[in-house]
Amino acid sequence: MAGKIKITIDGKEIEASPGEKILWAALDNGIYIPHLCAGRDHHPPSASCRLCFVEIEGYPQPVTSCTQEVTGGMVISTRSERLDRIVGTGFEMIMTNHLTDCKACPKNRSCELQKIARERKFRLKPPRLPRLDRELPVDDSADGIKHDPNKCVLCGHCIRACREKGAGVLGFARRGFERVVTTFNGAPLGESGCNSCTACTLVCPVGALTLKV
Amino acid sequence: MSNKNASPALEQLRDQAIKNRASLEGKTLILVGTATCGRAVGALDVVRVFREEIERLQLDAAVIEVGCMGHCYAEPMAVIYKPGEPGICYGYLNEGIAARLPQDYLVEGDPCAEFALAAMEVHEYIPTFQDFPRGLIEQKAVMEHCGYIDPENIENYLAVGGYGSLAAALDRNPSEVIGEIKDSVLRGRGGAGFPTGLKWEMCGGSQEKTRYVICNADEGDPGAFMDRTILESNPHLVIEGLAIAAYCAGAAKAYFYVRAEYPLAVERIKKALQQAEKLGIIGKSMLGTKYSLDIEVFQGSGAFVCGEETALIASMEGEPGLPRHRPPYPAVAGLFGKPTVIDNVKTLSYVPLIIKNGAGWFRSIGTEKSPGTAIFALAGKLVNTGLAEVPMGTTLSQIIYDVGSGIAGNKKFKAVQIGGPSGGCLPEETLDTPVDYESLSKAGAMMGSGGMVVLDEGDCMVEIARFFLDFTQKESCGKCTFCRLGTKHMLDILERITKGEGRPEDINLLLELAEDVRAGSLCNLGKTAPNPVLSTLRYFRQEYDAHINEKRCPSLMCKDLIAYYILPDKCERSCDACVGSCPVEAIFSNEDRIKVINQEKCVKCDSCLVACPPQYRAVIKVSPPDEVLRREKGVK
Repeated sequence: MAGKIKITIDGKEIEASPGEKILWAALDNGIYIPHLCAGRDHHPPSASCRLCFVEIEGYPQPVTSCTQEVTGGMVISTRSERLDRIVGTGFEMIMTNHLTDCKACPKNRSCELQKIARERKFRLKPPRLPRLDRELPVDDSADGIKHDPNKCVLCGHCIRACREKGAGVLGFARRGFERVVTTFNGAPLGESGCNSCTACTLVCPVGALTLKV
Repeated sequence: MSNKNASPALEQLRDQAIKNRASLEGKTLILVGTATCGRAVGALDVVRVFREEIERLQLDAAVIEVGCMGHCYAEPMAVIYKPGEPGICYGYLNEGIAARLPQDYLVEGDPCAEFALAAMEVHEYIPTFQDFPRGLIEQKAVMEHCGYIDPENIENYLAVGGYGSLAAALDRNPSEVIGEIKDSVLRGRGGAGFPTGLKWEMCGGSQEKTRYVICNADEGDPGAFMDRTILESNPHLVIEGLAIAAYCAGAAKAYFYVRAEYPLAVERIKKALQQAEKLGIIGKSMLGTKYSLDIEVFQGSGAFVCGEETALIASMEGEPGLPRHRPPYPAVAGLFGKPTVIDNVKTLSYVPLIIKNGAGWFRSIGTEKSPGTAIFALAGKLVNTGLAEVPMGTTLSQIIYDVGSGIAGNKKFKAVQIGGPSGGCLPEETLDTPVDYESLSKAGAMMGSGGMVVLDEGDCMVEIARFFLDFTQKESCGKCTFCRLGTKHMLDILERITKGEGRPEDINLLLELAEDVRAGSLCNLGKTAPNPVLSTLRYFRQEYDAHINEKRCPSLMCKDLIAYYILPDKCERSCDACVGSCPVEAIFSNEDRIKVINQEKCVKCDSCLVACPPQYRAVIKVSPPDEVLRREKGVK
């Protein structure tokens, strides 16, 4: 194919388009790299979930594959002791802050966190760190949408979807550990101007924004 | 771009400024330091009293508000230049002393040596600042004129050669000027130490026509105040540096990013910019050349993370102040996606000096890899707090003991915290470390922006680590996983330890988390957040162990691990000072009239310890708290 370049991921030689990010090249070729916040059309990438780390030959530190462009002849690995440790710790931290109630969750079996845990053999309830629950109120004021911020992983997909397809009422607020996805002034979704397009529920990788049943 | 007429134009302005100054000749000049450090202890009252007294005594004198000379410990300060006599600097002023000086010195001729801190030139019986131990070490480059010139009067700056470097730069090609800066090996003083000339070259060489230059004055480290002092004391120096940087980078627009918590700095920069624009030094066709530059002041809203350059840019674009992934670096794609140079206040302040004195001069100061001087804000348990400008390579002990005059209150030195929340705590055995970028990183701290907080034996290192992590956790923007949740987990563990609930496995957990947060975080706030924990674990492991294994705080600082106890053999019995001071009535007299603390009622407020007269010193702190029981049983 014209204009394509060759890279190696985990010993497998694959073709990628110049300028493409490693994450998408890998996923397109059946190589899984954990990720929550990345999107193909995100410019610049959010790079906030910190789960898609890979190692590249010649680079001293692991890099996030959602931000790193491929170059010809690049030799990449998605697994190593060092990578497993960083990604494992990141995942563990997210899980301590994610209400893990899988059996009662509508996202059970289609949850991105379950997928990462399965692929990388991580535990959904890691024993090393204590839980960091925030016990925020669940918002089911909008037609058709239920928002449980205790499950949110702050990937930002819903905010993007709401701006592109919906009424654009969602956004990030507060800082540090208090950071949340919310509406203007923290109004309940039903009073925020939300038009119940449910685009947010389609992109939420976990069970934070779900269709009301 | 150069047409060599900037220097003659400036020459004219300087001559005019010197001519205008002649009106002050024959007058007595009273310079009062009214930077924030002086104002905090009443400098404005001192100014008012001086003015009233001069008015009352009908003296031919002028009171001029200046910045800070770096001797913040002795504020409010004033320098009095009486015609025909060496200037005398008075420290620790108050309204009473200020009311006396005009009468005693200016009218009656008694220089009041008892209030004098130093003489500005050789004096019969008052030592000069050069006679101080710090006089041998300090080398003032950036701070040369701080505290000596009126920051609100551009003519003062012009008269000492100000804007000469800008004129010289405008008469040369930008590439020549960048060459000079590169040749000087000037490194960014914001913390990372990136070569400044290289940054300018990257931006200046861009294909993109619109470019920006930003002066980062979003100083936010606890205990750091170098940038504030420079901006308040000599704003024109920074403006000159910023203008030269903009000329080199080919930018038509430059910004000061100052935090809104520095109102005086904002005011003085704005005033300085207006004056410079009025004289045609900044603005359209600067100094008669073809180069035009617009400088604007942008006030940050107080987020610590906005000192990080990508977050700073985001906040200027009207977005939330969150960091972005680098690369692309701002020099390639910065503000509004255009190439942007971002330099710290101190970095820019060196630029006019390098153009004026040459790259060789700059390289002759300091060390080979870190040339020039370093400016530190000395804070904490020192005798002499304030600003110190020393050559790079000066050792920590010289700064602490010679410039800062050692530890206050006859206490023992324990550690020095360098580099703020991103830095580390260094113990006594590392005091021979020279201050330069490489040596400090090797020792486990970092150059940072230049905050230096000295800690004594009464400071618990676990509590210090907890304090800094609490700071980073509160100031974390919350965008990325490791900084948002990792620092929270680490903070929870440290809190547990300071409360005496630590577990033996906590130390390893802290070390593991610290390493992962460092490796995994998005921006440098998160990447460096574990440093205070790592450095205290490296040098003060025994304190962590005492907290965890013995539930004891060796520095008697952690509230949950101490108790107050009144030594029966030292208690004077008939003195009721402690009883009266206790806000919760926890102290009572026993049958021998010895005072005893009811431990269940005690809220550990420290009032009794302060109230107990120094000749008795009967109230002590003990750790662990059940030490009280042991002692009480031992007595009975």
